[in-house]
Amino acid sequence: MSTLVFLEHHGNELLKGSLGVLSKAASLGEAEVAGVVAGTGVRALADEAGKFGAAKVYVAEDAQLEAPLSQPRVDVLAQLVRDKGFDTMLFANSVLAADVAAGLAARLDAGINWDLTDIVREDGKLVGKRPALQDSVYVDVGWTSEVRLALFRPGSFDPSATGGSAEVEEIQVALEDFSSGARMIDQAHEESEGPSIEDAQVIVAGGRGLGGPENFTLVEELAKALGGAVGATRAVVDAGWYPYSTQVGQTGKTVAPKLYIACGISGAIQHKVGMQSSGVIVAVNKDPNAPIFEFSDLGVVGDVHDVVPKLTELVKQRKAS
Amino acid sequence: MKIAVCVKQVPEGSRRIDPETKRLDRSGEGALNPFDSHAVEEALRLKESTGEGEVVLVSMGPAKAQDALRKALAMGADRAVLVSDEGAAGADLVATSYALAKALERESADLILFGQQAGDSDGAVLWAAVADRLRLPVASQAAEVEHADGKLTVKRQTEFGYDVIEAPLPAVVAVSDAINEPRYPSLKGIMGAKSKPQEALSLADLGVESDRAGEAGSRTEVYALNDPPARGDSRKIEDDGNAAQAILDFLAEKRLV
Amino acid sequence: MTRPSDFPPPFRAADYIAAPSDPEDERIEVGVLIVGAGPAGLACAIRLGQLLEEAPEIRERLGDVPVAVLEKGKQPGSHLLSGAVVNPRALRRLFRGRKRLDEMPFYGPVEHESVYFLTEKRALRIPAPPTMKNEGNVVASLSHLGRWLTDQAEGGGAMILPETSATKLLVADGRVRGVRTGDKGRGREGQELGNFEPGADVVARVTVLAEGTQGHLTGVALDRFGLGGENPQVWALGVKEVWKVARPLDRVIHTMGWPLRAAARYREFGGSFIYPMGDDMVTLGMVVGLDYRDVELSVHDLLQELKTHPLVRKLLEGGERIAWGAKTIPEGGFLSVPKRLHAPGLLICGDGAGLVNVPALKGIHYAIESGSLAAEAAFAALQRGQTPWTPGALSVYDEAVRQSFIWNDLQEVRNMRQAFGRGFWIGGALAGMMTATKGRFPRGDSRTEPDGEQELIRTDRVKSYPAPDGKLTFDKLSSVFASGNKTRDDQPNHIVLRREVPPDLALMWERMCPAQVYEATDDGVTVTPSNCVQCGAITAKGGRLTPPEGGSGPEYTLT
Repeated sequence: MSTLVFLEHHGNELLKGSLGVLSKAASLGEAEVAGVVAGTGVRALADEAGKFGAAKVYVAEDAQLEAPLSQPRVDVLAQLVRDKGFDTMLFANSVLAADVAAGLAARLDAGINWDLTDIVREDGKLVGKRPALQDSVYVDVGWTSEVRLALFRPGSFDPSATGGSAEVEEIQVALEDFSSGARMIDQAHEESEGPSIEDAQVIVAGGRGLGGPENFTLVEELAKALGGAVGATRAVVDAGWYPYSTQVGQTGKTVAPKLYIACGISGAIQHKVGMQSSGVIVAVNKDPNAPIFEFSDLGVVGDVHDVVPKLTELVKQRKAS
Repeated sequence: MKIAVCVKQVPEGSRRIDPETKRLDRSGEGALNPFDSHAVEEALRLKESTGEGEVVLVSMGPAKAQDALRKALAMGADRAVLVSDEGAAGADLVATSYALAKALERESADLILFGQQAGDSDGAVLWAAVADRLRLPVASQAAEVEHADGKLTVKRQTEFGYDVIEAPLPAVVAVSDAINEPRYPSLKGIMGAKSKPQEALSLADLGVESDRAGEAGSRTEVYALNDPPARGDSRKIEDDGNAAQAILDFLAEKRLV
Repeated sequence: MTRPSDFPPPFRAADYIAAPSDPEDERIEVGVLIVGAGPAGLACAIRLGQLLEEAPEIRERLGDVPVAVLEKGKQPGSHLLSGAVVNPRALRRLFRGRKRLDEMPFYGPVEHESVYFLTEKRALRIPAPPTMKNEGNVVASLSHLGRWLTDQAEGGGAMILPETSATKLLVADGRVRGVRTGDKGRGREGQELGNFEPGADVVARVTVLAEGTQGHLTGVALDRFGLGGENPQVWALGVKEVWKVARPLDRVIHTMGWPLRAAARYREFGGSFIYPMGDDMVTLGMVVGLDYRDVELSVHDLLQELKTHPLVRKLLEGGERIAWGAKTIPEGGFLSVPKRLHAPGLLICGDGAGLVNVPALKGIHYAIESGSLAAEAAFAALQRGQTPWTPGALSVYDEAVRQSFIWNDLQEVRNMRQAFGRGFWIGGALAGMMTATKGRFPRGDSRTEPDGEQELIRTDRVKSYPAPDGKLTFDKLSSVFASGNKTRDDQPNHIVLRREVPPDLALMWERMCPAQVYEATDDGVTVTPSNCVQCGAITAKGGRLTPPEGGSGPEYTLT
């Protein structure tokens, strides 16, 4: 098995997701793992990749790769895979990576499995694990093509620095005529406001247990301290406490952040189906029989008006230190 | 401007995976994939803003996928093309994008739109594969699309904020659900949908070789279905004044803070 | 003591009647307009298809859309719910031998049946009352049957328009012109949202109301044209579930007694049904008259309680709940049927007209027969030289219904329900007498009191409801979820209700509603309309249900 990992970067850093996938690939212990970075001024990233398990890093340095657009990267990867004979290419999902991986699948006529949370070798086959039907069932998937592409769900693997160094090889870039059709006119800047509820990695949500709209400030403060977004249940949106755009649930938004903190939320199924795929669920509710305790990872039977502000303080202190 | 919108039908009601085929059980009633309705809406708006043009729906699926197409026709699309062939069953992204690209070639549209995500998480990321086969520029996660002088300006939503991308037509764009609020079909629209042209094509009509279609043309397979891994121990504590600290410790343990 | 009828909702039928207002060239014209894709409406559409096939000139004159059926649910079947054990006679007649019984989507004939009188722990087998004998009948899912009938109706040329509610009756020059469909895309305060789509005037030569129980326009029409029956209509609320089961059930079961209370002062009339649906499914439900008096009564919770009875628990062991739903049934019988079922340009069929045989628990075959007869009457009035709006033109419908088995059956059992207002034991005895004498004794016609006029009492009934365990017993919210309800929240409240009401009344509503729409608060009641499964109970007890945005509500498939 000869593996290549797509290493995405933003600014001067490799993305955590990419490093996670790289660490995973290295831990499979099958053979040496290679990484590829593409852009301008990216050579320096190769060292970082080495620390997280890449034995070799291919660097595609070209002005045409400056903007994070997918199609030039498909050209680079296709060429690399063909030239060096890689049989496995791994991606950490992102807006960019998804388009690159799918474009590459078409280009190489290679099987692609996405939304994977793990990959293992079983009975001599490479098997990907992916959730389906709102995480209610897990499917084992595989590839029948020579070249196998895998796209992993964000946050599937934690980066683990094994401290190594990578050999660097610069590669020539030759783009197809249509790959430069799309041009970046204005690239995104870091958002100054909090993340939108759809993108947030942390969501703090409030329900009827808050007691009144004025208590939503408790939720907002905690969300701000954690760098997350604010969510609301149908009941409080119906009552006019918070806007419909923040409603999480069957008739609102479906979210899957790494952390979901439910404050004063009972956990009726209409709400549950909107957030049950969250990585870690913490619930605070004064009713010990609230259904939310059946699917939260940590449940606290207590008064949100006591617990939440204290938690906010503790989080702020920790972040300051 | 001729706009082709790729739509699919997804099963409504409770979803289940067929234990025999290990694929999504599509035997229930079907509905238009809600994410595709945003693409249809955007196509209609673009057509309305230029005052002329045609919106064609292109879909692949069993014969009863016609029902989903009818809803989009009721919204205002002009005609529909359904690629319906038993040989297409069990197609993965590689096989589906191949057939879809052939169908789209036939239409020679100026703009090809997709919805961002299929509700049954089965057809995600199709647009980039189709764009590659058609050798057209692609932009995804479009939260805004503007058209002027044969060029498209797309506001793309990423993890880092919004990019603005420009692409010449013809191009492929996948729109996010933030782009618009799809219209309700009017009663007249619903009644008129039945008489709009609906073409059914076989894989042979498209020139798709049988070894590139369906399971034969796929490059992935499904091995087994399993229960999800246990969520892990669920802890429940009572607040005795220290719950906040306990939560913080828990978050720290999980490296969430 | 509080009576729900003392706090009537701010509802005026006149608000739902209007002349067509769209410019003439924007109105949608159809030949015959049928409101409701249930058994009555679809039978009407099917029969019309048959008649028009033989009369192409009439079909031609009816325009591009000779027959249209409006359905407020997401698709036909989404709002259909019943037991059901169906008498196939009306279906056989409808298809005139062109379809065999085994081609229709039933779950098999009734082979055995048992009736039990339940106590908390025991089940005493009692002989089935003659009105309940089900030989020759078949078990069906009405929702599934509705989808099949829709296919047949479409095959015959009818145009079915789902997700379309009929909110106003169009009346001009003393005749019914059609209906106005509901707006879509309004926000909670009624404001027009970005994708607002106004309703439309749909005009037709004949309008057939087949809306089912508590039909919105039916109520409006009965009021407008003064068509009320001798007795006011009364209703029962049925809440049911469908279960996947480990062992097949071999019989149709009906129960009486526990968990209902027999004493007259509670006025708890009803019972339960448990029917097999093939080898691997069972449906069971609890049906209770809405003239009950105890504020704490909750039919949903009675159903949960019923499942804890040893007889029922055993049937469900190893099984899994796969559906839930609720709907009212008109129970006034013969004496509550409107005195006329037609008006200029208008015909009324099915449950909306109260055509239900309460002791036999049958209404579907009457709905189908009435729909078919309505089609024939409409067709007759569309002949050359006739107009359906000449007063009396559609009276052939009433005549046909009176000549049919519908009338005969209902007349025989006309006093039975009322007898049970005097408690289970007296009621049972009277019912026995009525059956034995085919309705001739006791003589005369009993009065009914409207459900809302019953004075409320309060007991500690709530203490015996089982706490939901999520496996055998379930809470209301997860049940609403199981009905497939995903109603858009941001839309106007479709339930007309007084908000400042005494605590007794507010609590009664909270318990009554199977979908947890109402919640008693310190100063009245709050409403969560998006939970509503449109069962219609509120209309019987002091409020008024009107249709929400088309496509809202439950998405039944197995009920």
